[in-house]
Amino acid sequence: MSLYTAIEPEQAEACADGGASVPLWRQEGAEPFVKIENVTKKFGDFTAVDNVSLNIYKNELFCLLGGSGSGKSTLLRMLAGFETATSGRILIDGVDTSGIQPWKRPVNMMFQSYALFPHLTVTENVAFGLRREGVSRSETKQRVAQMLDMVQMGHLGKRKPNQLSGGQRQRIALARSLIKRPKLLLLDEPLGALDKKLREETQFELINLQYELGVTFVVVTHDQEEAMTLATRIGVMNQGQIVQTAEPHEVYEYPNSRFVAEFVGSVNLFEGKVVEKAPGSVRIDSRDAGTTLSNNHGIDCAANQVVNVAVRPEKISISHEDPEQRDNCVRGKIEDVAYMGSLSLFRVRLDNGFEVRVTKPNLMRAAAERFTWDDLVYLSWDEDSSVVLTS
Amino acid sequence: MSIIAESVRLTGPTLRALILERLGQIKCGRYAVISIPGLWLAVFFFIPFLVVFKISLAETAIAIPPYTSLFEFDLEEALLEISINLGNYRYLFEDDFYLAAYLNSAKIAAISTFFTLLIGFPMAYLIARSHGTTRTLLLSLVILPFWTSFLLRVYAWMGILQKNGIVNDFLMSIGLIDTPLTILQTDIAVYIGIVYTYLPFMVLPLYTALEKLDGALLEAAQDLGCKPAQTFFLITLPLSLPGVVAGCLLVFIPAVGEFVIPALLGGSDTLMIGRVLWDEFFLSRDWPMASAVATVMLIVLVLPIMLIRNNAEKQGEAA
Repeated sequence: MSLYTAIEPEQAEACADGGASVPLWRQEGAEPFVKIENVTKKFGDFTAVDNVSLNIYKNELFCLLGGSGSGKSTLLRMLAGFETATSGRILIDGVDTSGIQPWKRPVNMMFQSYALFPHLTVTENVAFGLRREGVSRSETKQRVAQMLDMVQMGHLGKRKPNQLSGGQRQRIALARSLIKRPKLLLLDEPLGALDKKLREETQFELINLQYELGVTFVVVTHDQEEAMTLATRIGVMNQGQIVQTAEPHEVYEYPNSRFVAEFVGSVNLFEGKVVEKAPGSVRIDSRDAGTTLSNNHGIDCAANQVVNVAVRPEKISISHEDPEQRDNCVRGKIEDVAYMGSLSLFRVRLDNGFEVRVTKPNLMRAAAERFTWDDLVYLSWDEDSSVVLTS
Repeated sequence: MSIIAESVRLTGPTLRALILERLGQIKCGRYAVISIPGLWLAVFFFIPFLVVFKISLAETAIAIPPYTSLFEFDLEEALLEISINLGNYRYLFEDDFYLAAYLNSAKIAAISTFFTLLIGFPMAYLIARSHGTTRTLLLSLVILPFWTSFLLRVYAWMGILQKNGIVNDFLMSIGLIDTPLTILQTDIAVYIGIVYTYLPFMVLPLYTALEKLDGALLEAAQDLGCKPAQTFFLITLPLSLPGVVAGCLLVFIPAVGEFVIPALLGGSDTLMIGRVLWDEFFLSRDWPMASAVATVMLIVLVLPIMLIRNNAEKQGEAA
């Protein structure tokens, strides 16, 4: 009768363990759970989602990461059935979802505002989905109690939503969206309304819950840190398109474009021209850096092509002595120091006026004091640490 | 910084006195704010009501004003005579005519309120769901009739509903009826008049309630398995209930005492308490009886509604 899977937690765990060795998305020819095929969504003249194709696999915690207006929320709303694609199609568990109304989809959503029904108690809110499905009163009661215990809100069942704190509301919203055991759970900025400390705790709880229940999660967020911690894979969106889909470390270490490099984390970009190209290595003459930069990743580029060399601030080492390195070494003056506790951030002005950001972990208590304003320093990094971006 | 320093310096009795004084000021301020509507109520509602109540305890007399005085003080004998006449009330309860008028007024008001809600809800919903200039336009259209005299508008309905009026002409021209319908001077005409006149009073509070409704709640309901009709009855309606209650009271209370509409649109057999009141005052010149009718109307019909409303508000606050 129900389209919803009746995965018991134990079973789910078994599946999750079974697939844990090699994740599905790394396996060749694995069947995706959600298949988004050439989906475009237009609102009048505005293209919110532009020809997006994406595969999401079972038990994934997939993050759609992007700024406001990048189309990530529209994509999520299409999965939920609140928006219809202008063209293209979406398959969930092999079923084409076009024309399936939101109330018939095996999908639930946790709303950004939580959207808890203000006139119902916590218990009634959580039970809402089951009551509509025609689940018996006794079973509803038992499942609601179990779910509330799972999110540690069992003692608040009689309260109304306006008598709860932000964190409590978030848990109730999560419980309500999970009670029907959906095949796919959509989360719209699930931690956006929580303060920093609570957000960190909740992140891990969310991951554990997802792992235990074996439900596929799709999370929309604008917060790259949140995406990094939560996700099995991240899809970075910009102007309606998915610009990179990869595992978190890959998105960070090997961004495929200038946009991704700048959007995820902070980065120094040196523009330059390719001067030497060998298989597996490339040398770039950069006016921004005032020197030659080299990189030992295989890059698909032509000689004399203008490229950007991206270097993350933490990959750069800072020293008073010249490391006497042929490439990837620049000299400058410390213009600003920001002591941030666990690390210090330096803004270094190169001789040619270009600004480079460097971070240095404060491994020892006095470490930060070694470098200070107006110090002349050498900045250097490994051939391995930079990424050459052609777009 | 300075606040902290100050509070550190001000300890013990000084601080306590200061806090008490401050609290006193706040309390005084609060009473001052409440006193304005309080005064308004006293001058324009409570005192007139007492005057009416006083008249209802008098007897008719050929005098100006046409009733006896309750208190008579004889200076020579130093005797204060208070004569309270409860006869009007006894008569009110003995004669079925008044009871019938009360019940009929309540019936007509209730049915009209129901239809006003039925028509007003979709209107308010549409306005609340529209955006920008459309919304402003629709809202001003709802309020627009107020720019014309109420009396004129009721007269216009006489033109619309009469035997050779627009409605009959139209129905006959499309061949639905052969002989003109008698609508004017029936209860139906009264219903039409009340629904038409009081519609804005229903639409505006409903609009206010529906406009606050978060669209995400409706989506959440659908997401959890509600079809649109279920969403309406489980989410939209309960959440707009304060607006429904406010709108119904705004229509029902004045409709019960309505005089002009039944007088102009209703027939001679349309019995409503407003007309009875009018007749007692101006035709029979029986001011005490008319006052008794008014007093009982207020107590029997309005007071319970006020109590329900008060109760609902308290529940609302608790929730």
